[in-house]
Amino acid sequence: MGRGLDRDQGLSTSRRRRAARFVSSHRGIRLGGLLAGPLLWLVVAYIGALVALLVTSLFHNETTGIVTTIVTEPGLENYRTIIDTPVYRDVALRTVRAAATVTLIDLAIALPLAFFMAKVASPRSKRRLVIAVTMPLWAGYLVKGYAWRAMLNPESGLLREALGFSPGYGIWGTTITLAYLWLPYMVIPIYAGLDRLPDSLLEASTDLGGKAGRTIRSVVLPLLVPSIVAGSIFTFSLTLGDFYVNRIFGGTTQFIGNNIYSNFGVNLPLAAAFATVPILIMGGYLLAARASGALEEI
Amino acid sequence: MFLSRPARIVLRLFSVAVIAVLYFPLLYVMRLSVATSHGFTWPPSGLTLEHWRSATEASGPRDALGNSLTIAFWATVVALVLGSLAAAALSRYRFFGRNVINLMLVLPLALPGIITGIAFSSGFARLGVDLSRATLVTAHATFCLVIVFNNVSARMRQLSSSLDEASADLGADQLQTFWYVRLPLLASSLLAGGLLAFALSFDEIIVTTFTAEGGFQTLPLWIFQNMFRDTSLPLVNVTATFVVIVMIVPVYVAQRLTDVASGGRT
Repeated sequence: MGRGLDRDQGLSTSRRRRAARFVSSHRGIRLGGLLAGPLLWLVVAYIGALVALLVTSLFHNETTGIVTTIVTEPGLENYRTIIDTPVYRDVALRTVRAAATVTLIDLAIALPLAFFMAKVASPRSKRRLVIAVTMPLWAGYLVKGYAWRAMLNPESGLLREALGFSPGYGIWGTTITLAYLWLPYMVIPIYAGLDRLPDSLLEASTDLGGKAGRTIRSVVLPLLVPSIVAGSIFTFSLTLGDFYVNRIFGGTTQFIGNNIYSNFGVNLPLAAAFATVPILIMGGYLLAARASGALEEI
Repeated sequence: MFLSRPARIVLRLFSVAVIAVLYFPLLYVMRLSVATSHGFTWPPSGLTLEHWRSATEASGPRDALGNSLTIAFWATVVALVLGSLAAAALSRYRFFGRNVINLMLVLPLALPGIITGIAFSSGFARLGVDLSRATLVTAHATFCLVIVFNNVSARMRQLSSSLDEASADLGADQLQTFWYVRLPLLASSLLAGGLLAFALSFDEIIVTTFTAEGGFQTLPLWIFQNMFRDTSLPLVNVTATFVVIVMIVPVYVAQRLTDVASGGRT
């Protein structure tokens, strides 16, 4: 440290110091300097891209002979196509239903698991458990999808051999696989919420005569709402946008994502219009989540 | 204690079972990579390293690995710079529009990847930019940035501003305070954020599908395109196992770093 300060002696130092003092006394400049890069990136690249997506969804394809061109004249016909075509409506409903089912399955598994981690396990195994639950999240989305393809194999896969029954590669296979994939996203926020919950609250409830079930219903769950909402943002949103699990399973089940993907190469405006469906759903979800204070949990 | 003893035992058994299920598919693929039996027939049998040996000669996964590493590296570099700058600004200043920026920083992870993917893809199409490695890095850096931001800003919230003041009282200017006081304290969160960003990009396939040029293969894309070919399955098993091992290491290190920094003794 001393060396660094020594090097600062000399003529250029006073100029640098003056500049440093100028910067430090002007909050706006400091803030602007820090924010310029990230803001430029997020606004120009990301928000710009989202705007381009919405704009593109208003265009439409026109085919003359064998040449297809995008006509940049705004209109709502893609949205009309989506609303008026029963297949597309079904796909959207199926995706939302799957997202809700995945969220409920994960919630049912995450609540007891997180409760064990936060309130029953010893402090040492607590930390190990957090790592044990988080690690699989990073261990290759595609690898896990592939493993489930192997395990769900309807003829001779693990589930068929061990349980005598396999949900196969249809909607139930997809739902189970997605619930498996996103489970840690639900466990971690709920664990964090429970970990913050003082044990004395549980004891107080017990002292007042509350049985375990009553305490969980009347004390624990209400306080966990923001954590549960935070976890559900991930499980819901990730399911809403997923289309690779369906592709890994051979493409018999179609989600919104599969429609976006299959139109992406041939009809970009229609694909873009499809993409606004999950945006609207998640936008509403996030607004509701903000009201419950869940965004602080992410 | 608030729960009865049998209730606690049931909870423990349940938790062990769930964690076993979490790891089972990964172990299963690892097992397949050294099995002599072919295909998905349960149970896998035999033990051989032949698939691993022939994998060292396969050029497909090797090229894909190189591509994945390059993209993840550059996405991480961009994300580290931008993510930590954003964390510095948002954790130390209250200003107009702060909440909007906070929301913008949640969006790339809260919105499904397919939205990020097709948004970038239509953005590039509007601008007339051809898809390339650069477009792929741009898209990856955007969600990697959020991970770095989350890690660094969590640490910054723990640092007290009295450290800055002490440094200033001792005559250090802002740059020196940053270099000698702040950076060493932030180093492990930067490393952890960087490792997680790297892993996130390395594993990504949805955004990649929309923003990579045709024919450009990352490792996840290679696995996907080969898992339907029966003859490629042994190679897919080896590659998949390799991916799991390569990803587990940096993520484990990142976890330990975060754990140690947050006290770890709680």
